[in-house]
Amino acid sequence: MLLIHCPYCDETLPEVEFTYAGQAHVVRAADPASQSDEEWENFLYIRSNPKGPHYERWRHLHGCGRFFNAVRDTISDRFLTTYKAGAPRPELSSLLGDRT
Amino acid sequence: MNKLVSSFTAAPLPQGAVARVSLAAPVARLVLRARGDLAALNAALGVTLPSVVGHRAGAGEIEVLCLGPDEWMLHLPPGQVGAVSASCAALMGSHPHSLVDVSGREVTLEIDGPRAAELLTLGCARDVEAIPVGQGRRTAFDNVTVILWRDGPAAFRLDVWNSFAPHVAGLLETGCRELAAEAA
Ligand SMILES: [Zn+2]
Repeated sequence: MLLIHCPYCDETLPEVEFTYAGQAHVVRAADPASQSDEEWENFLYIRSNPKGPHYERWRHLHGCGRFFNAVRDTISDRFLTTYKAGAPRPELSSLLGDRT
Repeated sequence: MNKLVSSFTAAPLPQGAVARVSLAAPVARLVLRARGDLAALNAALGVTLPSVVGHRAGAGEIEVLCLGPDEWMLHLPPGQVGAVSASCAALMGSHPHSLVDVSGREVTLEIDGPRAAELLTLGCARDVEAIPVGQGRRTAFDNVTVILWRDGPAAFRLDVWNSFAPHVAGLLETGCRELAAEAA
């Protein structure tokens, strides 16, 4: 069982309380009318599928109900960090430095 | 209007020597969502809304649990709902919020006895013993969203939505029988 730290509850809790919610930092254009078909396709459908650290959204569904962001290693399933929605995207180098 | 008294009528609930489950008396339940400065809402409710998830506050017969950064569950006597709703509604212009009567949505099971916490581990993946007395948490019990209130070292309340109540009560009954068999 994975243990996930909710940045809103500030507790590390069992995975069953959480749901996965897709890739993080996918930002809708401020002016949608300016977008080309290719840009819409990219926004709606194109996602990364990394082998390694992945920036993704999670929701503390059976808890505070909040969406937050996480960096999870898709090989080991290890969570490198979790942070509140709207917080800046952490640099990967700083997270991997914590690992040792 | 929501139906106040739940339609859930449990079959005789388990009454083991080490863990007991009983259906709590009906109570009015309000869900409050609000952000920003809460001073005016605190004054209207007559209780200071706790700001830390899982913390509780109470004043008079109103009991409040913080469910999320902007969400609270209030339990209060049914007779006070009108007055509380009216005083909050008066703030709608200056402090937009949402106050929803969910009294008919769920029932409360009271769980106590020396092995009450152990009984809850049957469906709760969270470390139940780690929840401090006097606090509460929204969590999952066998994948059902529940609110768990810890009133004492061996006294809990479990708020369960009506449609899930027979399932949760059934699991607790099984657990009580297992604990009773172990004790025998
Ligand atoms: Zn949370």
